[in-house]
Amino acid sequence: MKKLSSYPIDGKYGKYGGRFVPEILMAAINELDEAYAEAKQDPSFSKELAYYLSEYAGRPTPLYYAENLTRKLGGAKIYLKREDLAHGGAHKINNTLGQALLAKRMGKKRVIAETGAGQHGVATAIACAALGLKAEVYMGVEDMQRQRLNVFRMKLLGAEVHPVESGSKTLKDAINEALRDWATNVESTYYLIGSVVGPHPYPMIVRDFQSVIGTELKTQFLKKEKRLPDALVACVGGGSNAIGTFYPFEDDNNVKLYGVEAAGEGIGSGKHAASLGAGAEGVFHGMLTYVLQNSDGQIQNTHSISAGLDYPGVGPEHSFLKALQRAEYVTATDKEAVDAFCTLSREEGIIPALESAHALAFAMKLARKMKQEDAIVVTLSGRGDKDVGVVADFLGVKI
Amino acid sequence: MSDIHKVFQRQKAQKAGALIGYVTGGDPAPRFTPAIAEALIKGGVDILELGVPFSDPIADGPTIQAATVRALKAGTTPKMVLELAGEIKRRHGVPIVLLTYFNPVFRMGIENFFCLAKNAGVDGVVVPDLPIEEAIDYREAAKRFGVDTIFLAAPSTSNERLSKIVECTSGFLYLVSQFGVTGTREALEDSTVQLIERVLPYTAGRVPLAVGFGVSKPEHVRQLIQSGADGVIVGSAFVNIINNHEVDINRMVEALEKFARKLKDATKQSG
Repeated sequence: MKKLSSYPIDGKYGKYGGRFVPEILMAAINELDEAYAEAKQDPSFSKELAYYLSEYAGRPTPLYYAENLTRKLGGAKIYLKREDLAHGGAHKINNTLGQALLAKRMGKKRVIAETGAGQHGVATAIACAALGLKAEVYMGVEDMQRQRLNVFRMKLLGAEVHPVESGSKTLKDAINEALRDWATNVESTYYLIGSVVGPHPYPMIVRDFQSVIGTELKTQFLKKEKRLPDALVACVGGGSNAIGTFYPFEDDNNVKLYGVEAAGEGIGSGKHAASLGAGAEGVFHGMLTYVLQNSDGQIQNTHSISAGLDYPGVGPEHSFLKALQRAEYVTATDKEAVDAFCTLSREEGIIPALESAHALAFAMKLARKMKQEDAIVVTLSGRGDKDVGVVADFLGVKI
Repeated sequence: MSDIHKVFQRQKAQKAGALIGYVTGGDPAPRFTPAIAEALIKGGVDILELGVPFSDPIADGPTIQAATVRALKAGTTPKMVLELAGEIKRRHGVPIVLLTYFNPVFRMGIENFFCLAKNAGVDGVVVPDLPIEEAIDYREAAKRFGVDTIFLAAPSTSNERLSKIVECTSGFLYLVSQFGVTGTREALEDSTVQLIERVLPYTAGRVPLAVGFGVSKPEHVRQLIQSGADGVIVGSAFVNIINNHEVDINRMVEALEKFARKLKDATKQSG
């Protein structure tokens, strides 16, 4: 068996991944593959990216020992990787800066992106504003209504927002529409995808840019504890912050990896977004992976209180890690996530994104079962200011 | 030589191009598909292309997206479309091409899909999101069941890829006329004619060349056949007629047949 970190091989993670796209996009995908391979070899590219990550995005983000929470739970030590402190309030900027620099290098002036809740759209708008590129963001009209503030934010940052009226009018349809735009304007346009999904090489490119999370935390943890952590916990929608966290540890077999999907109102209710937990293998958005679908292969609508986890597919590398049992995929419900959201706010003075609260909810259960000398790192993928209204509604509080 | 290929040869002998007509299976509801197919065939469609509705049709524009929504709302499943294909084939005998995105095939099992398709009398399959690199098992199964694998080529396809795609293709090569998704257009682009000229040397003597995407008027058809295409694929323009006459099936089939006849006449070079 090859080292896990050597995947993808020929665009695949085992049997997962690949490039299931219309022929019209194949040339662009090959062009991207070559441009990225070149950029990766070019020290000036890494230097420029490192510059923007530190001077602009505020990296490295801290690895914080959550002592109050640890004491309250009475089990393993809990550390938080503070991606919520990165510019824009989430890990999304790691990827958008990397890809926007790549777009610039490829001479593409127009950047398109999809967004669900608006976090990736905002992060794309930020990176494009900083690097002088034109950003156009596709967003489902359902999501636009739910996330009016982010729509305005994107506009403030100079991006154009295209409402998507097709299908379920949410994230998956925004991706469909971005792919259609790309097929139409493929020569002038760079498609900046927001997670470790889509046709190869996107899952690899996004992983590489997000693995700054795991690389930093590995060094930071070694410095603090002189060893590696026992477990890493991250939430999984498309799965970019989780892969970014896991990737530098994939070949460290003593480090347990836990991905937490959204169980919504409960797996049994059918209202959830647990592609790995309750889906089946399928081909969707250019990749072979786990997909929530019916018996005819029609893609299903998902539900989660956290819009960032509300996606019926998942990155192919996660499907691979699941198949190999290298990572374990578990779930947290809306209610568990809201409880964790409130707990962290109270105990540590940190309001986590609802996405990240799913990871926390599971980590809190896990910590109780582990010994006090053990340590867990939870990736706090984003801050929760955007979710305060949703949580108030959920709790029946009028604000 | 497959039945699809033979259609092109017969048309060529009569100095005409082949007309391939697309409709989404089950649009507006499965019970209407046989009558819609009959209207197209009576009007002169040489090959019927039947779409399997899929929840996320990324290569399709608004017209066929809407058809997909109508068909799915009416409860259309991939197996129903296969059954409809069988019914149409038995009644009319024209070659039938199935257009489906890959996930319904994958979900059904590639082997099982081709077995059912063959039994229904399907002659060829187009999968718009399955490039040749991902189609190894698919081609093997298709070959075993004697079903044509119709691949697509696009304006962005390099000459090197083009020869590989032609090698994988049987029935006809589906040439995407221009950048973008399916849907009617006012005029063809000049680049389409140049594209046909670039592709013809690769298909000549091997496999017929049919052009689709945006082909929606008799003028387009005439222009494409004159440029050397062996056939044309018209989809959204038929689907628009279905959409406009959803409430009146009699007028719908009348309009479909009339329009198909105009398109068919335009494929005849003497005319």
